[in-house]
Amino acid sequence: MSEQDKDIIVCRCEDLTLADVKRLISKGYRTLDELRRIGRLGMGPCQGKTCRALVQRELQAAGTPLKHQLPGTYRPPTRPITLGSIAAGSSEEASKDAQ
Amino acid sequence: MHSSAEVVVIGGGVNGVAIAYELAKRGCTDVVVLERDYLASGATGRCGAGVRQQWGTEMNLRMSIASVKRFETMNEDLDYDGDIEFKQGGYLLLAYTPAGWEQFQKNVNLQRSFGLGVKLCTPAEAREIVPHLNTEGLLGATFNQTDGHCNPFHVTDAYAQAARRLGVKIYTNTEVLGIRRGGAGEGRIVGVKTTGGYIATPVVVNAAGGWSKDIAAMAGVDIPTYSERHQILVTEPVAPMQGPMVMSFHHHIYCQQTPHGSFIMGLGDAAEKPGYSSRSTWQFAEEMAQKITWLLPPLKGIRVVRQWAGLYNMTPDRTPILGAVPEVPGLFLAVGFSGHGFMLAPMTGVLLAESVLGLPASLPIEKMDLGRFARGELFDEPSVV
Ligand SMILES: Cc1cc2nc3c(=O)[nH]c(=O)nc-3n(C[C@H](O)[C@H](O)[C@H](O)COP(=O)(O)OP(=O)(O)OC[C@H]3O[C@@H](n4cnc5c(N)ncnc54)[C@H](O)[C@@H]3O)c2cc1C
Repeated sequence: MSEQDKDIIVCRCEDLTLADVKRLISKGYRTLDELRRIGRLGMGPCQGKTCRALVQRELQAAGTPLKHQLPGTYRPPTRPITLGSIAAGSSEEASKDAQ
Repeated sequence: MHSSAEVVVIGGGVNGVAIAYELAKRGCTDVVVLERDYLASGATGRCGAGVRQQWGTEMNLRMSIASVKRFETMNEDLDYDGDIEFKQGGYLLLAYTPAGWEQFQKNVNLQRSFGLGVKLCTPAEAREIVPHLNTEGLLGATFNQTDGHCNPFHVTDAYAQAARRLGVKIYTNTEVLGIRRGGAGEGRIVGVKTTGGYIATPVVVNAAGGWSKDIAAMAGVDIPTYSERHQILVTEPVAPMQGPMVMSFHHHIYCQQTPHGSFIMGLGDAAEKPGYSSRSTWQFAEEMAQKITWLLPPLKGIRVVRQWAGLYNMTPDRTPILGAVPEVPGLFLAVGFSGHGFMLAPMTGVLLAESVLGLPASLPIEKMDLGRFARGELFDEPSVV
């Protein structure tokens, strides 16, 4: 791990640096889902759309070849959406049904 | 992989690792934990992370109070290099019907008799605690400041690391396929068959969460647990605005802001059938959004970033089953947490370790045994979402 790693942001949503990622990997977390749960990596609004590839490269460097890496889980919604729009969207549907 | 162990714990959720740690701490270090996927991949890593002591029955109360004491000093006690993020912002429980309010008053009397400083609040007082609460239709509320939130991944990690330091072996990606008993299959536990090989052991602890019934069946016992999907979502982080968990049994919902700033909220669906599905649905997101924006209107503008689901492992009286199974010497249960097994985990670990090692029990765990269903000595926990 170099000094520089502390200045390289890997996960922009959760503000995690390359140093953070390397530290978690060295503790034995070797899948995207585990890294997410323990370190919030990819847990933010983009769900890892930016950081996943970078993390996968680090996992590969730490000895888990890409072909043996499990894909991480993506969960709905695809893009962040306000509680207000979800609530309003469904009441529109409800009023259409009633007509 | 180990070919023998003094104790095999099945399940790498918060309960499995807590039990393993407490065993090792009491000198029983030849312990193996088996987890099919990775640690906290089951209900533990999917839960609402709420820690509550405001229960309506004696054992839930006693276990949750003693567990909170342990959460308070867990970072130091387990010598954790991270932070379990314990926040004691309280739980505000809302009552909307005369019967609900009456039940709350009964609960509060019981809670106070165990030393909890629970307050009964008028709707106006509830609004002082949560200023953005819509009090329409609200009859009253109860509030306990020492309830709160704790990070389930970190609690699991803290126990796992502490257990490993004491010599416990944790095997992830290792599934239990069968349990062997001696005496032509009718005697005591003798071993466990796994995808990584066979482990000879005289003691198995079933801490398999949503799959507890399958594991018990492998040992030849039928237990009255079943699993039920529960859904949940989380928002983007925002500046701190809500101290306590807000919970309404009437609307079957709960909602709390975590120390990270995000809101976690979930909903119990009375129409949910027993099963093993943990898929999330659009219907849940709609119903959740409608209910919560009515109850806590300023949340309208906050964005949902993820929704998911996990399994509650239920029992007929919505209270866990803990301890030995007399018909199967060597088999122990820590199952059926009915949606509140994270907050009880510290005491579950202690009680199971004491039970396995034959030590005096810190709490009357015998009341929570499997035999209570045959004896008809059920708990009647009124306060479950
Ligand atoms: C949506 C939701 C919200 C919740 N909210 C809260 C809350 O706010 N507060 C609270 O206290 N509780 C809450 N709960 C309940 C809580 O999550 C559980 O009670 C608790 O996590 C149970 O922990 P456990 O270790 O017993 O089980 P789990 O965490 O489910 O662990 C069991 C493990 O056993 C493994 N396993 C199963 N079969 C096998 C096998 N054959 N071989 C090897 N391993 C196996 C699984 O992979 C799993 O990891 C919630 C649950 C859900 C689903």
